[in-house]
Amino acid sequence: MADLTTDFLGIKSPNPFWLASAPPTDKEYNVRRAFEAGWGGVVWKTLGEEGPPVVNVNGPRYGAIYGADRRLLGLNNIELITDRDLYTNLEEIKRVKADYPDRAVIVSIMVPCEEESWKAILPLVEETGADGIELNFGCPHGMSERGMGSAVGQVPEYIQMVAEWCKKYYSKPVIVKLTPNITDIRKPATAAKLGGADAVSLINTINSITSVDLDLMAPQPTIDGKGSHGGYCGPAVKPIALSMVSEIARNPETHGLPISGIGGVTTWRDAAEFMALGCGNVQVCTAAMTYGFRVVQEMISGLSSWMDEKGYTSTADFIGMAVPSVTDWQHLNLNYVTKARISQDDCIKCGRCYAACEDTSHQAISMSEDRTFEVIDEECVACNLCVNVCPVEGCITMEQLPKGATDPRTGQKVGDYANWTTHPNNPGAVKAAE
Amino acid sequence: MTDTRYASGVKPGRLSGEDIAANFTDMHPPLGDHEAAVAADRCYFCHDAPCVTACPTAIDIPLFIRQIQGGKPGDAGRTIFDQNILGGMCARVCPTETLCEEACVRNTAEEDPVEIGRLQRYATDTVMAGNTHPYTRAAPTGKRVAVVGAGPAGLACAHRLAMHGHEVTLYDARKKPGGLNEYGIAAYKTVDDFAAREVDWLLGIGGIKLETGVKLGEAFTIRELQEDFDAVFIGVGLGGVNRPGLPGETLDNTEDAVDFIARLRQANDKAALPVGKKVVVVGGGMTAVDAAVQAKMLGAESVSMVYRRGRDAMGASLFEQDHAAKNGVSIVTNAAPVGIAGQVVTEEITFVRTETGPDGKLTTTGEEFSREADQVLLAIGQKLDIASPRIEIENGKIKVSGPGRTNLERVWAGGDCTPGEDLTVVAVAEGRDAAEDMHTMLTEG
Repeated sequence: MADLTTDFLGIKSPNPFWLASAPPTDKEYNVRRAFEAGWGGVVWKTLGEEGPPVVNVNGPRYGAIYGADRRLLGLNNIELITDRDLYTNLEEIKRVKADYPDRAVIVSIMVPCEEESWKAILPLVEETGADGIELNFGCPHGMSERGMGSAVGQVPEYIQMVAEWCKKYYSKPVIVKLTPNITDIRKPATAAKLGGADAVSLINTINSITSVDLDLMAPQPTIDGKGSHGGYCGPAVKPIALSMVSEIARNPETHGLPISGIGGVTTWRDAAEFMALGCGNVQVCTAAMTYGFRVVQEMISGLSSWMDEKGYTSTADFIGMAVPSVTDWQHLNLNYVTKARISQDDCIKCGRCYAACEDTSHQAISMSEDRTFEVIDEECVACNLCVNVCPVEGCITMEQLPKGATDPRTGQKVGDYANWTTHPNNPGAVKAAE
Repeated sequence: MTDTRYASGVKPGRLSGEDIAANFTDMHPPLGDHEAAVAADRCYFCHDAPCVTACPTAIDIPLFIRQIQGGKPGDAGRTIFDQNILGGMCARVCPTETLCEEACVRNTAEEDPVEIGRLQRYATDTVMAGNTHPYTRAAPTGKRVAVVGAGPAGLACAHRLAMHGHEVTLYDARKKPGGLNEYGIAAYKTVDDFAAREVDWLLGIGGIKLETGVKLGEAFTIRELQEDFDAVFIGVGLGGVNRPGLPGETLDNTEDAVDFIARLRQANDKAALPVGKKVVVVGGGMTAVDAAVQAKMLGAESVSMVYRRGRDAMGASLFEQDHAAKNGVSIVTNAAPVGIAGQVVTEEITFVRTETGPDGKLTTTGEEFSREADQVLLAIGQKLDIASPRIEIENGKIKVSGPGRTNLERVWAGGDCTPGEDLTVVAVAEGRDAAEDMHTMLTEG
């Protein structure tokens, strides 16, 4: 069994699976259950400043997007930060941390963008014995209207400023949670680093309306005939999160900045992918909210056995391993030529590859009377659409043409690595030395 | 009342009313909304889908399932009815395991097809529950058509003609319309008087005058119809039954399986129906299975279905054979009946063992065996029964070319009385296609 123990900013946890700041971590009862189920850590649901707590709507808070068989693919919420008293939360955090010293307990915080507010709450949090804090600069709904959450995360200067206050008034690690509702994720990440933050976590939820009730003519979830955009999360957002994580990981200004990966982690594989792109650990919410805390068991066993298969003895062995493979389009090898190959043994003859290619792509698949589907190499541009729409995994694959072979489509021989920067069609091509 | 549960002879009351009611509930109960959503999600929306090719009426199955996925089962029903106005009955009685569901690519993927038949029922039930007929007639053409036989072929033909604005008179020899849907299908496949309700719903199109209890050759001749109408469709099915010509086949309690089935279908109280203690059904087709299973459901102690050839030659599909076996029917193959014995009533039936030679020819081995039987049901096939010297018959069926054209002028035919598989869905396709051909002739001259 590979060792899943993770050291993130000096915070040790038995595995890299933390519960993200969200409803599952809103109170002691849930967090104890989570730890009993095996979660490595939690980021406690965001605390607000002292005084009357925020209030939530009393109608539906969530909306969802489904795949086949009503499999939940995306979840949207309009819930705010904790609506429980600050001191109740602080007491519970203290008790839980004392009882589970081997687990990571991080406290998420969101208070107004004023130094006094941060100066007031940070010592209270410090006193709980929690392992660190996460600054919620991500929530895109409700609190952002009050100048908090993503309203801060969208202004790099604010991020830097608040991070600096936190480093000033708090002694333990500071994680800045980033909103994806921004054009260039590298800017807020850089600001967090400049402000002295120890790490960033991302992504928070994405502005979303999951659906429109066509009878009420209102967005869902609908509160008395009206709806407000919410924050989108779950498996559907994973690709967006992976891309943002990779941008921070490969950006020279933020390269090496610890990252806690968030966004649709549902199985061990999702976690391994985030970690391969540079995340020191991952945070999970939707999977737990969909299936309950037990899902962590599959994550733990899956990651561990995969590491055994690969010969990794600790998570540090593969964290960031895929980062050097993330590059700009212009550097992709234009002499990497592949052709689709359909395994006739595996083909179930549904014809989806044919429909996709014939109707929407390159007319590169033939269909015979007896429903045999074959690739026409002269037309195949290797777009991969047939692979993607085929219902049978592994039935259609991409085969690389060896160097020196002639591509039947272009009539050209497959040559050495060459990319767009030197391509003759590129007006800005860098001329090879004469 | 005496206890007849275990008595010999053909007697009612072998099972309680509750047990019989439970036995005759829907064979494939309707899908609920959730079940339908789950089942529909499995469809791959194949290109040029094999299931459509396999459907004699060419229903656009991927489209209707996608409409169910989209939360519009009514639209799905309309897609079905566009091709097959008896889509409701076909959803219940089609041997989908040898048609659409056999062709489903999910068989290759995981040996478990999409439940097309039950999804079709879900969609068609939705439309029919609306209690309004979904089609409207075209403007009247002034043309009149006689449709003889109100079974699946005649009904499909009449409906399509009515839609095109023609005036249809629909004749049937029986008291009720529906043909085999009404008289010939096992009761557990079409519960709650569905066949009759379907006919009422279909006639909702308007423009169809129904006349029952009138038989071709008795009430009128084809020649008279040719004179009185602009076109004629013959869909009389196979009204006659084959008889093996066995010694003793006229004994009491030996009868044609189709009569047994019809009696069951028409019975208001199945518990009052008599059934043998030991029943032997002779034959290997769908009719034999329907008779054997229902005899068992009525409480027969033992039911054997005896077929003269091997299992692979049986007309009943593998699914039907399994269905029979599951219901406690014992299937005996390679045994041909040679005689039925008894004083007045049936007591015993004797078979001779058979073999199929390499040339496919059936020979008897001479080895005989007898079975105690207080009821014998003969299901060795139906035959054409039509009193018309002029219409051309070939291999026991009305000869047709193209979409059901007979040798007689302006006379079409379709359904079981013409060549092709004797299935409801095939009859619907033939009736529909003949109607389109008639329509072309009637409107283009």
